[in-house]
Amino acid sequence: MTSAPETTAPIGMIRTDTPAIGRSMPRAETRRLLAGRGRYVDDGAPRGCLHAAFLRSPFAHARFTIADTSTAAGLSGVVAVLTAADLAPVCRPWQCRSGAFPGLVSPVQRALADGRVAFQGEPVAMVVAESRARAEDALDLIAVDWEELPAVASLAAALSAEALTHPELADNVAWRTEFGSADFDAVFAGADFVVEERFAFERKTGVSLEPRGVLAEFDPAEGLLDVRISHQMPHQLQLHIAEQLDLPIGRVRVACGDVGGGFGIKMHVYPDELATCAAAKLLGRPVKFVADRIEALATDIHAREHQVDARMAVDGEGRILGFDIHDVQGLGAYSVFPRSSTTEAMSVLRAMGGPYRFEAYRARLECLLQNKSLTGQYRSVGHPIACAVTERLVDLAAARRGEDPLAFRRRNLLPVEAMPWTNPAGGRMFELSHHACLDAMIGLVDLDAKREEVRAGRAAGRLLGLGFASFVEFTATGSQAYGAAGVKVAAGDTVVASLEPSGSVRAQASASEIGQGVRQALAQVLADGVGLDPSNVRVETGDTRTAPHGGGAWASRGAAIAGEAAWRAGRRLRGEILAAVAALVQAKPADLDIRAGEVVEVATGTPRMTLADLADLVLFRSHELPAGVRPQFTVAEQYHRDDDPFLPTNGIQAAMVEIDRATGFVRLLGHWVVEDCGRIINPLLVDEQIRGGVVQGIGEALYEACRYDAAGQFTSGTLADYLVPMAGDLPEIAIGHVETPYSGSSVGAKGAGEAGTCGAPAAILNAVNDALAPHGASLAALPIKPVSVLRALGDLGAGEAP
Amino acid sequence: MKPARFRYLRPETLEEALAMLAEWGDDAAVLAGGQSLVPMLNLRMAQPAVLIDVNRIAGLDRIEIIGERLHVGARARHAEVLRSATVARAAPLLALALGNVAHEAVRNRGTFGGSLALADPAAEIPAVTVCLDGAILARSSTGERRIPAASFFEGVYTTALRPEELLVGVDFAPLGPDFRFCFREVSRRHGDFALAAIAFAGRIEAGRVGECRVVFAGVEESPRRLAAVEAALAGAAVSDEQAWRAAGDGLGAVLDPIEGAEYPAAYRLLLARNLLLETRRQLEEEAAR
Repeated sequence: MTSAPETTAPIGMIRTDTPAIGRSMPRAETRRLLAGRGRYVDDGAPRGCLHAAFLRSPFAHARFTIADTSTAAGLSGVVAVLTAADLAPVCRPWQCRSGAFPGLVSPVQRALADGRVAFQGEPVAMVVAESRARAEDALDLIAVDWEELPAVASLAAALSAEALTHPELADNVAWRTEFGSADFDAVFAGADFVVEERFAFERKTGVSLEPRGVLAEFDPAEGLLDVRISHQMPHQLQLHIAEQLDLPIGRVRVACGDVGGGFGIKMHVYPDELATCAAAKLLGRPVKFVADRIEALATDIHAREHQVDARMAVDGEGRILGFDIHDVQGLGAYSVFPRSSTTEAMSVLRAMGGPYRFEAYRARLECLLQNKSLTGQYRSVGHPIACAVTERLVDLAAARRGEDPLAFRRRNLLPVEAMPWTNPAGGRMFELSHHACLDAMIGLVDLDAKREEVRAGRAAGRLLGLGFASFVEFTATGSQAYGAAGVKVAAGDTVVASLEPSGSVRAQASASEIGQGVRQALAQVLADGVGLDPSNVRVETGDTRTAPHGGGAWASRGAAIAGEAAWRAGRRLRGEILAAVAALVQAKPADLDIRAGEVVEVATGTPRMTLADLADLVLFRSHELPAGVRPQFTVAEQYHRDDDPFLPTNGIQAAMVEIDRATGFVRLLGHWVVEDCGRIINPLLVDEQIRGGVVQGIGEALYEACRYDAAGQFTSGTLADYLVPMAGDLPEIAIGHVETPYSGSSVGAKGAGEAGTCGAPAAILNAVNDALAPHGASLAALPIKPVSVLRALGDLGAGEAP
Repeated sequence: MKPARFRYLRPETLEEALAMLAEWGDDAAVLAGGQSLVPMLNLRMAQPAVLIDVNRIAGLDRIEIIGERLHVGARARHAEVLRSATVARAAPLLALALGNVAHEAVRNRGTFGGSLALADPAAEIPAVTVCLDGAILARSSTGERRIPAASFFEGVYTTALRPEELLVGVDFAPLGPDFRFCFREVSRRHGDFALAAIAFAGRIEAGRVGECRVVFAGVEESPRRLAAVEAALAGAAVSDEQAWRAAGDGLGAVLDPIEGAEYPAAYRLLLARNLLLETRRQLEEEAAR
């Protein structure tokens, strides 16, 4: 373990005897959810609730005219058939704009397409009926005249501009950029050698267990739109619903109940969700829309469609000199509102070479429009691509030098003494523990034994491989990213904490619970901040009516940002309590402490007053308080980090694979992660975040792909076509930690939610290539497909790339 | 993803069910386990006017020996067939295959007859039924037909069953005690449909294959016995890898594999060949025990 540099923390460091921070505890909700008492969007409906279904474009690109809706509208049980013209008066169009991406080309989008569709699955019309089934019946009766247009699907087609995603544009480029260090050419020219590779990454998506869903209800008397939704950031959505539907923000309530997974798909403005809100306002009746699995797979944001040409220069001593990357990103039909799809590609460029020291960098980027579903910020945004590219180049360089890939890494990993440092890609590196993680990984894997297993297995004809991936994940994004670009995304969080009559603490937090357990983490932090058991702390989130405005769930920020707000709120409440008790018992606050819900003397531990008695006195018998004693038992703390745009975290992953030569299948024999997310508040929750992230990384490496044919037809619309890794196909995932707390906060936590996803694809890609190497084969495309493996081995003839 | 409207009928007797089928024919779909039909209804790929639920009809799920033959009722759940001692004795190949059918939850509802009537090219049960030369019993209000499995499967999701007929069961004639069975499957994940699977039944005498049957699932549009391969293997020693390799190399001339974007025909052919070689290894290993 390493420790943070000595600092003067803003409101006092955590005591060494803290009972709750660092303790593995199940989430408070676990019992309720396991008992089947979760409340997801589709679990309830108010009286008179109507159900929406959408007529979606069957074509990737087409003009259309809706010839007739009267037959559909006449079907019994149908309340309304709505088109773009119907929604126009109640819902404004929107357009993705960001100061970070000047000149971004992304046309106006509407809740329902108006005359032209730009991707298959785009909503064209909406039926509101007494049941979802009835609404779907009516969809079949809407008469539409379609005029199919040439569609842009592949990256190559987008680049060629033979067809246009939007006919009014000159080409398919949404945005492009290029930057680099001044001495780039000289550094590469002076290299001992340069390794290079072309990488291809296929689209994937988040596949939350609970699909997107919304239940909107408009009260015309109050002018209030009440929105129940499965979403990661209710406050952001509240703002956009208010803007698009022309309501004061105070007249829009967004409430998230239990959220069955987010992964980044539930943080955008979706046409079908806004259309549902608009329909509720228009009709004055509750309207519910829950995406079915086909709609989820086809229209939830996709991610990770990139083709990357990458080079890495190395000197004669085996030191990395620099990276050169040309990234072509498939963006989809529009840049997603409000955060923009280009963010993913910029994240790739920023994370390149992250774990290493290097001098020179050149990055070129083209973000291309396509007649495909929109892309956006899926778990570990862009990082897995940068990590796979970087780590594969590192393995290629080590092989070129005939060197152990870990020895090459050890030489090049950024050492503790070289930080803080801003690398040529623009990543600010500080408080990272690459070498400590590498050492811990070697022990966790029992590397010598595993390498012997590989050697012996190969001698017996097996195709075994070990792969490694160091990584840096930028977490807990500050307002420099979106706010500075004029995009209204809150990067701070607020916690309001109150002492309740029983002596328990209740808090409202602007963080979002999406299954990751942030409420539990905040309860543990508040418990220590005040001085009581976490079971006596209740944290509420997700409802804009009660929770203060804040960021929600994105960029692995719950512990790092809301956690710090919770700590400060807890300390402030503690201060109020101690001041009040000191006045009552005629002691100095400094001589008192709060332990297990009781105010005690610091020196002797003698109990002076329980929090329950204190709350009783202050809340019900305040006339008994001495003059001038006016404790504030509701406190609020807002926290936003201003100095560092991101909190970098780091770690290393290892994977062991076997290739079955009879089938081309890759079987994972083991997976190991050592990561450093700073102070760990709840080890159980952190480990499960890492494991879940690794599983999504395994999906990215071996299974998952959103496929389209050349005409832009989506061909992965069911879970029989879109394969996710299943528990039975997964190995044990072993996890170790190095703890380097963030010195700029009291809690010292950094993000942990995405680290697993960041490094897993790279580790598996390297392991597969390690297994292929003795046979003179290699791969550079994810997911790794059985057919590709056999073709690489020469066991199967080349054909059309599958 | 909600089904289109349909009329729901739930006959209590076979006669009632057959009368309904006679009346509704092509407009009806038979609901047994619902593991394929219900998703197809939800996707609106199937929009029958009438759903005839046969779950109440007594006796349709019997697994029993009648005379010398094993009878598996059409509504026998996969899990029941898999665990049946009668099946294990009389037709162990069925149990070997059923372990590869989906997951426990699906096997608890899905039915033997349902899988046959659906005729998914990648399904296990049609392939083993062909391998065992089962006789498929199709009943209508006018009588019963015994359809040899070899002529039952006519293509992807297409069978010889007539609209007014209900598949009520399958009869399997016993194979000799010197028969050995093998079922091996390649699927992307545990429980997925087969990319390729092999069903093998063969009489092994003194280490040599006598009469044998070879059927693949997931490779062609319908399962069928591969006479040329069976002939090539007849007389070959189990230990004679060369002979099996030659039979495997012959598959290219015999099979017409399904072509697909992700899994090209050449890949399925390669899997089929490797499965044949694995079958030999398994027979050899079992003989050594």
